[in-house]
Amino acid sequence: MKKKMTTVNFNGTQEQEAMLAQVIDEYKNVKGALMPVLQKAQRIYGYLPIEVQKMIADGMDVSLEEIYGVVTFYSQFILNPKGEVAIAVCMGTACYVKGSGDILNKISANIGVKSGETSSDGKYSLEATRCIGACGLAPVMTINDDVYGRIKLEEVDEILARYKK
Amino acid sequence: MIRYHILICGGTKCENSDCKGVISALEDSIKHNGLENEIKLVETGCHGLCLSDPNSIIGSLGTVIVVYPDAVTYAKVAPGDIKEIVEEHFINNRPVKRLVYDEAINGENLFSLNETPFYKNQSRIALKSCGIIDPENIDEYIANDGYQALAKVLTEMEPGEVIKTIKDSGLRGRGGAGFLTGRKWEFAADQVSDKKYVCCNADEGDPGAFMDRSVLEGDPHSVVEAMAIAGYAIGADEGYIYIRAEYPIAVNRLEIAIKQAKELGLLGNDILGTGFNFDLNIRLGAGAFVCGEETALLTSLEGNRGEPRPRPPYPAIKGLFGQPTVLNNVETYANITQIILNGAEWFASMGTEKSKGTKVFALGGKITNTGLVEIPMGTTLRKVVEEIGGGVPNNKKFKAAQTGGPSGGCIPASLIDTPIDYENLSAVGSMMGSGGLIIMDEDTCMVDIARYFLDFTVDESCGKCVPCRIGTKRIYELLKKITSGLGEMEDLDKLEILCNHVQTASLCQLGQSAPNPILSTLKYFREEYIAHVKDKRCVAGICKNLLKYIILAEKCKGCTACIQVCPTGAITGEIRKAHIIDQEKCIKCGACEQKCRFAAIIRR
Repeated sequence: MKKKMTTVNFNGTQEQEAMLAQVIDEYKNVKGALMPVLQKAQRIYGYLPIEVQKMIADGMDVSLEEIYGVVTFYSQFILNPKGEVAIAVCMGTACYVKGSGDILNKISANIGVKSGETSSDGKYSLEATRCIGACGLAPVMTINDDVYGRIKLEEVDEILARYKK
Repeated sequence: MIRYHILICGGTKCENSDCKGVISALEDSIKHNGLENEIKLVETGCHGLCLSDPNSIIGSLGTVIVVYPDAVTYAKVAPGDIKEIVEEHFINNRPVKRLVYDEAINGENLFSLNETPFYKNQSRIALKSCGIIDPENIDEYIANDGYQALAKVLTEMEPGEVIKTIKDSGLRGRGGAGFLTGRKWEFAADQVSDKKYVCCNADEGDPGAFMDRSVLEGDPHSVVEAMAIAGYAIGADEGYIYIRAEYPIAVNRLEIAIKQAKELGLLGNDILGTGFNFDLNIRLGAGAFVCGEETALLTSLEGNRGEPRPRPPYPAIKGLFGQPTVLNNVETYANITQIILNGAEWFASMGTEKSKGTKVFALGGKITNTGLVEIPMGTTLRKVVEEIGGGVPNNKKFKAAQTGGPSGGCIPASLIDTPIDYENLSAVGSMMGSGGLIIMDEDTCMVDIARYFLDFTVDESCGKCVPCRIGTKRIYELLKKITSGLGEMEDLDKLEILCNHVQTASLCQLGQSAPNPILSTLKYFREEYIAHVKDKRCVAGICKNLLKYIILAEKCKGCTACIQVCPTGAITGEIRKAHIIDQEKCIKCGACEQKCRFAAIIRR
């Protein structure tokens, strides 16, 4: 899966770093524990920028290349922070045949962010997700924790307007 | 005395449609009316019927609730409807007809859920308890014959007998390839090793398939119990469930199920006092389609990039951490306890000669009833589409059914009488896959669908072997060329040749089956490819570069609404006179088509 490095500046706190150090300590000697460590690190930071990958590489004594390899292999690991308004449009087959591709394009045009990216002010992120298994609601999108099902193209602007403040 | 049991769907779709609000409104209203001792609420897993009104407004899609003993089904319940349901139905015994699922009512007559066309043609084995029991309460599972199969196996059967029963039943893997489950178990059992593993593939990555999620959300103990039975059969004492992180509700219910089973001594050491030990762990996937392939899943469980390994050695011989491993998918496990309790012959009596039992399909796309359906193998596609699915909505024509996701193919309308089983689906160039069944109508462009699936495969190819990594990319480029209107006739031949190479030379199932969507559409919808290439036309009106927006002069009222909405100023015309679209300026955004109230703008 193609992934782009972020354009948003890293601003991790010391607190987060301490939490990560604790996780690394816990798993350092467990065989094949890289995935759970990365999952926990992402929970701490919200994403996995190169700075965090370096910390894990140093702490776990694994090469940065290997970590970058695993991070970019799995779609759940993200290199870009999610925006304050995190939009995800389902691209599962049921949603796709019901026009989710058009919905994605319309949102992208509306907020000026391409799929898979985050606006450099950190306000919006847009993502085309894999099937979220809510095919009964197709086409579906989520904005933060809100789920919108059976969306019609003409509703998109109105939905987005609720998050523009 | 309890007069009514109310089953509220807590599956992902209803969870997203405010079922929690419905539950709390029910609780309040029941309390308000002093009915606490007469009505019992149960939050269940998915009922299978993912109803929602296509015309409802955002955020009010509603929850499915079923009221027993009569199984009255309310389809789209919102918190605001509860007062009426409680007062009319539960107090005055008059079901609220306006809210009843429309196929469960005919004039004055109400039908129970099982009498509706959607349910009456189904045979539920894997989904037996989904939507019936509270998945977070082990007592309800036990009351519904739960853990009886495990007890029977541990106290009455030798491991060899268990394997023979599963073999005789004819159960085949429900994850896609359809290998005989009993044979798999036998291979692992025959290995001499002090450590073996039982694994469950719950990495349901096939877009449009959600039966595994539903089983884990609605009946998690059935999988836990079956894995323990597999452990006993092959001599393993530890198991892993590899589940998608995208399924938080399923993960949570599985964690609860494992905890409850441990508390009751149904997992852990010395299960039921028989000396048999078995423990289960959950590992979260991180979103990689290839991890649904068995060797890739095991590599990922070991903490690496989930790349497949060459077979042989098969996992049954050398699997997780190099030990003999049985790996089955969720739906396969969900059949095990029923086979043990009812016998191999019972299971083998259902289905076709080589495909026994039932299969769960996730019915979706352009179909009236979307949801999960479990049907005997051999049921025709026609029955699924027309009777169970209620047909294609909006008077559109059925064009094709897609099975098997990115590894499967499209079955055209001319083959709608195909009986669905492993052999028949392969024969028509598709495959069973994990059971996604997406219905397409005349507005679906088959070339675009092929491109869509290849886009998916290119993204998900792990990159380990060349035929898949580069081959799928080149196929995608050819399809992109055709859908952009730049295709040439020789591209179709190139496509076929490339597809054959990728099919034969790829390392794992992902690459080997990736060409199926193209080969099947090329076979059944070749004229559509040719229309894209020769006439530069997309009949379905999907491929943007090939379509034109045109204003029908006889329908246009000259209201100027489209002129105002056009972002590029491509539309000109005077008030009350037919407008015209300048094709040079048009960017085909479709804004005018949506805005027109007179259906005067069409795609061609």
